[in-house]
Amino acid sequence: MKPIDPSRMTRRSFLETGLKAGGAAIAAGTLPLSLVELAFADPAQSFTFAYISDAHIQQIKGTEFVRNWDRGLIRAVAECNLMDPKPDFVMFGGDLAQLGKPEELDHGAEILSALRIKPRMVMGEHDYYLDLGKYWSKLFGPHSYSFDHKGVHFVTLNSILTTDEWTHHRWPTPERRMAEMADLDNPNGSPFMVGAEQREWLKQDLANISRDTPLVVFSHSPLQKIYKGWNFWTDDAEEVQALLAPFRQVNVIYGHVHQIQYNQIGTISFNAVMATAWPWPYPQSYAQAESYLPKLTVPMNRADSFFERDATGWQFIDIHSGRVAAHYLLPENGTRNVAFSENLGHPTDLAYQADSSRIPPQTHY
Amino acid sequence: MHKKSLAMAALLMAGIGVQAYADPFDKTDLDRWAAEQEVVVHQGRALFTDGGLGKNGVVCAQCHPNAANTHPETYPKFQKQFGKVAQLWEMVNWCIKNPLEGTPLAADDPKMTALLSYIISERRGVKLDPGKH
Repeated sequence: MKPIDPSRMTRRSFLETGLKAGGAAIAAGTLPLSLVELAFADPAQSFTFAYISDAHIQQIKGTEFVRNWDRGLIRAVAECNLMDPKPDFVMFGGDLAQLGKPEELDHGAEILSALRIKPRMVMGEHDYYLDLGKYWSKLFGPHSYSFDHKGVHFVTLNSILTTDEWTHHRWPTPERRMAEMADLDNPNGSPFMVGAEQREWLKQDLANISRDTPLVVFSHSPLQKIYKGWNFWTDDAEEVQALLAPFRQVNVIYGHVHQIQYNQIGTISFNAVMATAWPWPYPQSYAQAESYLPKLTVPMNRADSFFERDATGWQFIDIHSGRVAAHYLLPENGTRNVAFSENLGHPTDLAYQADSSRIPPQTHY
Repeated sequence: MHKKSLAMAALLMAGIGVQAYADPFDKTDLDRWAAEQEVVVHQGRALFTDGGLGKNGVVCAQCHPNAANTHPETYPKFQKQFGKVAQLWEMVNWCIKNPLEGTPLAADDPKMTALLSYIISERRGVKLDPGKH
């Protein structure tokens, strides 16, 4: 694909660029969601999907919910319905609820029900740790599953599991367990993991898939290790990566971190999607800890706290020849375009990758 | 220097002064002060994760894990949204009023002192940089 002038990029022009590219997949977003388009040499095979994540619907009491988080999700749903071309399917990346309550999941599901296309769901820790996913399953089905769409194999994992001891034996009540896991910086939390059982399921699921098939894996937590203190982390990430590594083109798309992140490990490209609820600081801005933010990531601008939707941007994701390029559209900020570079072999920001190209708001401290 | 003062200084240096002129403190005092500080920092952390600080159950730590992205070392500094040089406690109140939909605290409210104590404690070791953006 030709380089794109990010300052002139609109969703429309972006889609056109992507469609012309051939062999490309484009993800577009104009709100806290992503539209992913997988475009192939044969235009009849091209398709898009949208991605919404981390809504954190939070009950105050009764039928009262936190307005700010509601608005983020409502806006994403509205935008998704207006997308043209219409996405083939919609993903929701986890953390629909804040404290896993049936009221929150119901309210979130009600907002999502306005989508013209029923979303496929990823489990987040905020959905899970009250009743271990029971009510969520009733609404949305299995926690891990796979499907094929126009030549691409998609897998969804529940990556926010943890040890049996922490899950079943440490806390006096389910409410306490949920509260302990809900605070990002709580030292009483526990590292996320996919777990042996699900890794075995993944191994079986991939057994009959050709190594040349583009693979897209959805998880809530990063399937890589960034900062354990805030659970920007999956404890068995290396084991999961080992199962994905034989494939020629692997793309992991994850939520949870509420910020732009991207990385490349072997054949696996990683891209985070943004939250509809609120942005998070980069771990490097916590003075008392070391983090492993991928060196590749040029951070998004520091959020302007006076503008409640700031840094809850949205993105188009473009999977060119089976590789993700993410086009992040950020309110009151310049567009960010992160595309897989065939020359460099990893995702690269088209405007800001070089140290000398960075702008002051990208400095997090 | 006056002769009498010299004599007093000599006495003090010799450690045989009867009265405490320089407010001396020892390890017991230091430990007590550190403990007092620790109590208030803990109160601050509790408030930082307390859904009751505002009115909608949202807590400070939801957006500011470990009080990150608060930059206490840069205040007071110009805030374009306020149109003036503002103090950190004014920013804390902005958050209480807006994302937390609550009632702002007085600058010297013990809760404000606790919140600031916690925020600054998480930033210990970072050099002062007033006005930085």
